[in-house]
Amino acid sequence: MGVDRRKFLKIAGISALGVAAKPAASVFAKDMGSFTPSETILHLFDKPLGFAPGQALTATRWAMVVNVKAVDEEIANACQAACHKIHNVPDIENPKHEIKWIWSDNYENVFTDQEHELIMDDLKELPFLSLCNHCYDPPCVRVCPTKATFKRETDGIVVMDMHRCIGCRFCMAACPYGSRSFNWVDPREYINEEEQNMDYPTRMKGVVEKCNFCAELLAEGRIPRCVEVAQELSREKGKEPALVFGDLDDPDSEVRKLLRSRYSLRRKPTLGTNPNVYYIV
Amino acid sequence: MYDGGKVITGLIIGVILLALPLWWNLGAEEKKLDIKLPKKEKKCVEANMRPNHMQVLDLWRDSVVRTANRYYINENGRKFEMSLQKTCMSENCHARKTEFCDQCHDYTAVEPYCWDCHIPPKEPKETM
Repeated sequence: MGVDRRKFLKIAGISALGVAAKPAASVFAKDMGSFTPSETILHLFDKPLGFAPGQALTATRWAMVVNVKAVDEEIANACQAACHKIHNVPDIENPKHEIKWIWSDNYENVFTDQEHELIMDDLKELPFLSLCNHCYDPPCVRVCPTKATFKRETDGIVVMDMHRCIGCRFCMAACPYGSRSFNWVDPREYINEEEQNMDYPTRMKGVVEKCNFCAELLAEGRIPRCVEVAQELSREKGKEPALVFGDLDDPDSEVRKLLRSRYSLRRKPTLGTNPNVYYIV
Repeated sequence: MYDGGKVITGLIIGVILLALPLWWNLGAEEKKLDIKLPKKEKKCVEANMRPNHMQVLDLWRDSVVRTANRYYINENGRKFEMSLQKTCMSENCHARKTEFCDQCHDYTAVEPYCWDCHIPPKEPKETM
């Protein structure tokens, strides 16, 4: 009895599989010894290992709203700790050498031009989170002789190119908010090596640094770390979100909704810097 | 020539002194570079990186910092995140600075200031 049609197809199918499997198996066997299966697939599709591009958050004018009444000591400290941790900001006790990206201060120091002695009691007590205002017209950018600090054209964040900073501190003199710190000493001596963030650099002695609105997280599709932390804590406490982040050019954004409905302040508006950090009181 | 003997002796001594680095190292063993290439990734971002890595790194840094473009597509269409710490020095590639960067840089006495700020991957401390 000859091979019937059904049997022939079976044999043909199996041998076709075998012929196809051999080169595939050899690809897996060759050079791939130390790869896990998922890594092998990435490799076959010519993707670098461990590469997962996130969808970047984009805007044309990033802004932050600080809901002052929702910020308490705990939230303020948590924000600072989280920010300083992921950006490898050294913890230096000497106030002359201290480096800070975000910090809390009291009303009279934050709103120097709107301060008077009979201010509301709770305003006197509340911690006011301060950070770089990412001004629309940043004076620090205007004075930088090397263009190390510049405003990103795409989203308005005032960032620093540490490779270019020569440490002249013009920007520190220009910034009316004290948002910039100078590295008088080598910051690495004050960073715990075990706890540093290996995905972000440190700075070196002799450069100025400041908040960057977490540009590196935005590129991964995450909002700034302080906002993440503050919102988490606010939710736990059942309060309104203490910090809100969004696009000021988008009329439907969270920040625009807040600014439309609540009374807000900006720091030293008469100087014409046009801060992008707003305070709701 | 006046004082010919002295002049010529002086010249000879001078030439010998000037050539000091040459004959001092004569017969010394040539230093061998012990560069360890990654075991996992077989292809670097671009070809011919030995003479050109500084141009690539320079381009990457300007692209990321100044134009906020963090992804690089090489000749073969492969996409990389432009990051010294996260891509070049990743686990799968040059995970040990002392076995890669330092080999040539030390040999040629080049001291790039990358590592003043960028954090090299942690290496297990081995006792030799």
